[in-house]
Amino acid sequence: MSARSWWTERAALPLERLKHGLQTSWRAVRELTGDDAYERYLAHHAACHGGELPLDRAAWFKREQKRKWDGVRRCC
Amino acid sequence: MLMTTNSLSAPLVRLLGFLLWPAVALLGAAALGGIALNRGESINSLWLIVAALCVYALGYRFYSAFVAAKVLMLDATRATPAERLADGRDFIPTHRWIVFGHHFAAIAGPGPLVGPTLAAQFGYLPGTLWILLGAVLGGCVQDFVILFCSIRRNGRSLGQMARDELGMIGGAAALMGVLAIMIILIAVLGLVVVNAMRHSPWATSTVAATIPIAMLIGLYMRNLRPGRVIEGSLLGFALLVLAVVGGGWIDENAALRTWFDYDGPPLALLVIGYGFVAAVLPVWLLLAPRDYLSTFMKIGTIVALALAIVVLRPEIRMPALTQFIDGSGPVFGGKIFPFVFITIACGAISGFHALIASGTTPKLLSNEQDCRFIGYGAMAMESFVAIMAMIAACVLEPGLYFAINSPAGLVGAEPAQAVATISSWGFPVTADQMAELARQMGETSLFARTGGAPSLAVGMASIFASAFGGNLLALWYHFAIMFEALFILTTVDAGTRVARFMLQDLLGNVVPALGRTSWYPSVILCSALVVLGWGYFLYNGTIDPLGGINSLWPLFGIANQMLAAIALCVATTIIVKSGRAHHAWVTAAPLAWLVIITTAAAWEKLFSPELRVGFLAHANDLAAQIANGSIAGAAVSQTERLIFNDQLDAALTAFFLLVSWIVVIETVRVCLAYLQGRSCPTFTETPYERAQLVD
Repeated sequence: MSARSWWTERAALPLERLKHGLQTSWRAVRELTGDDAYERYLAHHAACHGGELPLDRAAWFKREQKRKWDGVRRCC
Repeated sequence: MLMTTNSLSAPLVRLLGFLLWPAVALLGAAALGGIALNRGESINSLWLIVAALCVYALGYRFYSAFVAAKVLMLDATRATPAERLADGRDFIPTHRWIVFGHHFAAIAGPGPLVGPTLAAQFGYLPGTLWILLGAVLGGCVQDFVILFCSIRRNGRSLGQMARDELGMIGGAAALMGVLAIMIILIAVLGLVVVNAMRHSPWATSTVAATIPIAMLIGLYMRNLRPGRVIEGSLLGFALLVLAVVGGGWIDENAALRTWFDYDGPPLALLVIGYGFVAAVLPVWLLLAPRDYLSTFMKIGTIVALALAIVVLRPEIRMPALTQFIDGSGPVFGGKIFPFVFITIACGAISGFHALIASGTTPKLLSNEQDCRFIGYGAMAMESFVAIMAMIAACVLEPGLYFAINSPAGLVGAEPAQAVATISSWGFPVTADQMAELARQMGETSLFARTGGAPSLAVGMASIFASAFGGNLLALWYHFAIMFEALFILTTVDAGTRVARFMLQDLLGNVVPALGRTSWYPSVILCSALVVLGWGYFLYNGTIDPLGGINSLWPLFGIANQMLAAIALCVATTIIVKSGRAHHAWVTAAPLAWLVIITTAAAWEKLFSPELRVGFLAHANDLAAQIANGSIAGAAVSQTERLIFNDQLDAALTAFFLLVSWIVVIETVRVCLAYLQGRSCPTFTETPYERAQLVD
């Protein structure tokens, strides 16, 4: 009986599961590529430096790019 | 009911778990045995894939677990630098899979593609075995241990760790080594690109188009849609595909194609000029967007190649061993020992990875235990890329492989002459076959296209074209060339920039103003010095009658393995000082092997009487030819230049040898001093702090 209910439980929500899976993958892709870096910056800023105004998207991107490229980044 | 299912399945699961690893071991052994013992008939590439996957799985499951538990004693309760120093900028606790992705993208470059392609001249077996064993016992361990060492030291770099743990001499040697390897690496990769573009308007125009495309994406991501990386990269990818197709149109247009039709030396000058401009332009305009594009292309193409090989399972045409293990090979001179170990550096063990493992990656890990997955695991994956490159080179008919990769100075410049020489080695090929291949690939000629990129592209094109349908061989070929050139040029840009920083750092000790990294005169001067450094080797590589790769690639291999030796010296010292000297063999054994092969290779490059191996023998032979009058007239000045280059290469080899031995002796001295209780540089591990993060 319980083995059956395990299946029914899974089969009952295929769309939900698909949606959830797609959302997770999309989040992973965004994080992997750095596409969500500005949102993460905003979250960090709100958590740690709540008093100050965060940089806007363009200014933040310029600062990050300048900072990132000071060092070894690539391999053979 | 649930209870019964569980009590039934639990022993079953246990039994399966018990049988799984012996089964993997058996399968791996069978596949390796099949590869090693098969003679005379062609084998399927699936054997190589299966053997490789089993070896990596076993190495990861057992050896890396041993290193993690007994040697390094990874501690999940210990706070990582990402947690302790979290600043939202450099130190960011990040999910392990994300860190894995970043780390893999940073360590995987053109190295693991070119090395195996060249080493295929010995047959598929020696290179494959070295890639597998070298990675599992050497390269993966190096990346893993250095990542661990850096994590326990607030994410310090290899150079800083060398200075802290080995003292000033070791630290200075490490810094000089890194600078020298950068110069040689950029030169040899530049030569690979130049040889791929030589007299190929299609390839040249496509590669040229990547520059404005990168700039466009740079502007897009900075001004139009700041930080939208996925959008920008997809747009860039579409434009790159368009550039490949557009290159075909240019190639067909008689007037336009002459604009992009160049010989080696002018192409070298163009690449040198490009390297300088790229180094002094703002990063956001060219370097950063190019880096995004090449990372996307790299991961995409590698995944596609893996899929295609699994779907297609092509037959390996190259024999397991060729007669060239005796050192007479046309692709590069030198016997199987030590040169197979020098030729394949990235993919088996690469010192360069130690810079990444002690750079960005240690600042991102949220759990110390992930060192194993990221350090060991990502290197195993890079090693797998090298195996795929080996397969792509070995599915070609050996005759075609040798015709593409043999320099004209060795087999003859005329097609008839070249095919006769190659066929006489037992690898039949005809001029018609080569002409047909060149026509299919949309090139005028594929003879003597040394450097590995064209033969890899031919291999990839035939695999892609058969696996994904369509008879678009020429498009696939130029797509592969564009893909290789894209991330080689990224390495050229980024490497020039890093070497410039190092040079500024060095010169800053003498003239403080030169050490200011944003002072424009210093930027121009130091960039120019770096570009002149690699540009010199690159240009001379293009006029070298032996193809340039013959002398430059071993130099690069020696330099890269020397850097790995330095990294393993640091790792061994740290293991000894952590009180686990009885486990120090884990890094000391690969270190000993690296010292043996780099010393043997450097010695042969210096003193071998064989003209294609020994730099000095070659120089003396040319000098004798001038002296006895067999070289005369205008050729004399060119020959004198070749003599000077040989002497310069010899001096560089001697320098590498000296640096690595200094570091090894320092390591032995410091380790002995520690074990005997004498004074030595102190152990610099940061003290334990309990992790608060719940992973």
